[in-house]
Amino acid sequence: MFGLNWDLIWRNREEFLWGLVLGLQMALIGLAIGCVIGLLVAFARTSRHRWLSAPAAAYVEFVRNLPLLLILFFLYFGVPMWANSALPRDVADLLILDGENTVIAGLAIYGGAYLAEIFRAGILSVGRAFVEAGRSLGLSGVQIARYVTLPIMFRTVLPSLGNTFISLFKDTSLAMAIAVPELTFVTRKFVTDTFQFIQAWTVAAVLYIVTAYAIAAVLRFLERRIRWAV
Amino acid sequence: MTDTGHASTVGEATAPNAPPMVRIRDVHKRFGALEVLKGIDLDVRQGEVVCIIGASGSGKTTLLRCINFLEPYDSGRIYVDGELVGYHERGGRLVPAREKEIARVRAETAMVFQQFNLFPHMTALNNVAFGPIKVRGVAKDAARERARELLARVGLSDKADAYPAQLSGGQQQRVAIARALAMEPKVMLFDEVTSALDPELVGEVLAVMEDLAASHGVTMIVVTHEMMFAREAADRVVFMDGGVIVEAGPPDEVLGAPRSDRLRAFLRRFTTSRGS
Ligand SMILES: Nc1ncnc2c1ncn2[C@@H]1O[C@H](COP(=O)(O)OP(=O)(O)O)[C@@H](O)[C@H]1O
Ligand SMILES: [Mg+2]
Repeated sequence: MFGLNWDLIWRNREEFLWGLVLGLQMALIGLAIGCVIGLLVAFARTSRHRWLSAPAAAYVEFVRNLPLLLILFFLYFGVPMWANSALPRDVADLLILDGENTVIAGLAIYGGAYLAEIFRAGILSVGRAFVEAGRSLGLSGVQIARYVTLPIMFRTVLPSLGNTFISLFKDTSLAMAIAVPELTFVTRKFVTDTFQFIQAWTVAAVLYIVTAYAIAAVLRFLERRIRWAV
Repeated sequence: MTDTGHASTVGEATAPNAPPMVRIRDVHKRFGALEVLKGIDLDVRQGEVVCIIGASGSGKTTLLRCINFLEPYDSGRIYVDGELVGYHERGGRLVPAREKEIARVRAETAMVFQQFNLFPHMTALNNVAFGPIKVRGVAKDAARERARELLARVGLSDKADAYPAQLSGGQQQRVAIARALAMEPKVMLFDEVTSALDPELVGEVLAVMEDLAASHGVTMIVVTHEMMFAREAADRVVFMDGGVIVEAGPPDEVLGAPRSDRLRAFLRRFTTSRGS
């Protein structure tokens, strides 16, 4: 195709595919942890209590204004240096993460800040009417959050959640900066070894695009399966 | 069909000298500078059906919300079955009750809202069964069984698995009534429950409420603009205006022979605007 030789890349297909799988895996776990962070922060931010809402707001503002790459470097290089000098051995070991876990933690912290904003808007969009219906039945605040606000909120933020997942998935390419063998890292290594720029980057681009489309399609499918509307 | 002698002739309603199910004493409520309730006194007996009428803005919704404690009142006392709603009394002063205690009292006063407020992510059946399961601790099977009975009672047996968005306004409101009934509340509060409905759907909801009222098993406080309903289903009609109760009494008297100018003006405006 295009007068180019695709044999070499085909013989290395497994490396590319595993790179893709690794990226997806890190994005998915990062998203899952990020959702938990995002939910806690969003509920804290919408709280009446300032000692909850103020730190939550600070977290969001702080993290959202940092480049993800900087967060990764900080976690990968900065934290171990500080932990080794300031903390007991066993505690430090917990904080020193390998490349993959660094990326997962970075995506969780970074995605968590964005998800917190998405969830906050979702929580605010859940009409007071449903909350009051829960209250008048005698549900506790926690029960209302869990059984009323949360499910209705998830329904409204599902599209944004999908977009965030796709963003995080694409952001996994930054992992190459700390030598995690995801797709971008694999591709660059292949290019350095073979000088087949066009073939390698074309394959990587196609894999990213197809996967992102597939994620979007799965989410649309899930959305359509929900029979209720707000 | 009802008149003043009614309480003593209907078996389930308590005698007039029994302590009231709802006792409201000199309740005041303000929103900022606006005083919305200016000293409300009202007793409602067990099994009694009280209709509250009055112009928009007269404080009817606020009064219901205070009974359900969705809105805290500023002073006065509201008791439901002898229990002070939302507060404790210490040395003559109101001290806010804890969230748990407020929730417990709220479970006894079921509210049916103008906009239905059904949980959109639950089927009709689950909307009805949810409160008993989570608040009363009823076993799931038993709660669902009971929910089916209640849906049948409001004529919606075939809609148990439908989501609110798949139901008409009238059907949604009937589910909401079933949801309130499922809590077996001591008082049911209805806030203009037919106002948001298309005219052709009002009848089916009123029929359910008339059936409930006629059973006299449940105490009802009904804010309504449906004068026919008030005349036929109420034991007592209360007319509110400007945050006070201006007149209260049997429907025939209040609606048929209003004493105050304000009520006469209200009823006149009403009959001309509704053309009935
Ligand atoms: N949450 C609120 N904040 C401020 N004012 C309110 C609030 N709720 C009601 N009001 C005002 O209180 C008055 C009485 O309202 P409401 O109890 O809803 O009357 P009704 O149900 O009889 O129409 C109105 O003037 C209304 O604007
Ligand atoms: Mg009202």
